[in-house]
Amino acid sequence: MPHYKKPDAGSWTQHYPELGTAPVDYTDSIDPAYYEKEREAVFKRSWLHVGRVERLPRTGSYFTKELPVLNTSLIIVNSGDGKIRAFHNVCRHRGNKLVWNDFPGEETEGSCRQFICKYHAWRYDLTGKLTFVQQEGEFFDLDKADYGLKEVPCDVWEGFIFINLNPQQTLAEYLGDFAKGLEGYPFGEMTEVYSYKAEIGANWKLFIDAFAEFYHAPILHQKQAVKAEAEKLIGFGFEALHYELKSPHSMVSSWGGMSPPKDLNMVKPIERVLRSGLFGPWDRPAIDGLDPLPAALNPAGHRAWGQDSFEFFPNMTLLIWAPGWYLTYLYWPTAVDKHIFEANLYFVPPKNARERLAQELAAVTFKEYALQDANTLEATQTMLATRTVSEFPLCDQEILLRALHKEVGDRVKEYSDASAV
Amino acid sequence: MPLPSEFSALEPYLAWDLATEPERYAKRLASTMDEMQEFYDAAFPLLEDAITFCDKFPLDDLSEEARTVMHLMQSLVMVSFPVEVWKQPRVPDSGAAYLDVIVEPVV
Ligand code: FES
Ligand SMILES: [Fe+2]
Repeated sequence: MPHYKKPDAGSWTQHYPELGTAPVDYTDSIDPAYYEKEREAVFKRSWLHVGRVERLPRTGSYFTKELPVLNTSLIIVNSGDGKIRAFHNVCRHRGNKLVWNDFPGEETEGSCRQFICKYHAWRYDLTGKLTFVQQEGEFFDLDKADYGLKEVPCDVWEGFIFINLNPQQTLAEYLGDFAKGLEGYPFGEMTEVYSYKAEIGANWKLFIDAFAEFYHAPILHQKQAVKAEAEKLIGFGFEALHYELKSPHSMVSSWGGMSPPKDLNMVKPIERVLRSGLFGPWDRPAIDGLDPLPAALNPAGHRAWGQDSFEFFPNMTLLIWAPGWYLTYLYWPTAVDKHIFEANLYFVPPKNARERLAQELAAVTFKEYALQDANTLEATQTMLATRTVSEFPLCDQEILLRALHKEVGDRVKEYSDASAV
Repeated sequence: MPLPSEFSALEPYLAWDLATEPERYAKRLASTMDEMQEFYDAAFPLLEDAITFCDKFPLDDLSEEARTVMHLMQSLVMVSFPVEVWKQPRVPDSGAAYLDVIVEPVV
């Protein structure tokens, strides 16, 4: 018997009949040709989240973003005309990388009045216009207006900056109803940031899989709970409060009985003192916007609501925790069996040492979990690559994985069909 | 930096006065369980007092002593998983996996 009510169709998965219930083919995570198609069919035409507006506080604030999956590097800049713009990070003179420090392959950030190429000092203003050519008279019929930086469509939703090489829809249309339902959440108040990065030896979808189901949580993470509690959790297993798909995006809403726990003996000594843990500080920050919550949060209206995790297609997880903080995960493919994983934790700036240490514990705990999550992946990738088994049964609590692989598959197929004509 | 007398029990552990997560994480991985247990046993009972002490100052304007106390308590948080849960410095089964902190608020 489920503890939480499932849809009348009998299961979350069957509530979305287009998903089917058959085993899922994971060749999509090991086939290099498929990966090349994903780059074209998915990444080069989807809105991709590259950073928060708080990183660009002033006119001229910029950061660069290395995006091997798009085969480019971008400059994202606050151009001062009320806009955030993105440009390919390439000089129009002879192709030097325009903005970099010391190591051309490393991302950088800073603030400037204009971009000056290191090679022959061509200059571009913050809107990308070419403004100065060294020894301009030596060139032949050069009209500076023809040699501005190559701009990439860039737009902002609730402070999240997105870029898209080849948009098929506006950002708002693309993000759809989940995003609309999250508007007004006080993201802008949560400016205390912890960021993490790792190269993961697995296909990008496998890490999304690991974060989009909590079926693994009572097992893989069992040692993180005190023993009696871990046994109880394994006995219950995991059931979400609610799942929802709004193609191509999806979400899962989960229980959060640990923030604060009913019984302090359920948690570790340091958590008892600092009143914090995986779910974040137990005491909510005193800011507006957390009560009532925007409509998209806690869709089941459950008392024990703990967190909602949104998968914004293709590679952004936005996870909002009941105690008033959020995190994002980004998965940037670098090869069929490799990606860069990025995590960003966002808290309301702490007012004192007590709040600061509570956030510290949440951040440290996040990393302990993420390392466990990450390590299963390389092993999975290796075994998938043996092709001993390629079809895997996914359960109802793994519906978001089924949805992700299908969304990618549909796009790859549509793209292949179109290019076959 | 010498510590206020109420925290003198922490004097032997000033090597944990580390401002950033990469430093604290590296020290955790380089320490034995006995070393971390000892530090934990000395620091954990002082956690409440440390918070009370540091909270006499605005967080962005801690005295030198309070900063040291804060760093020691951040290190206590860092060793709490090995000591309370893992019984080893590394996250079990984390193999070669790593996750680098690239942005963090530094006290
Ligand atoms: S390549 Fe940039 S100025 Fe020549
Ligand atoms: Fe996990």
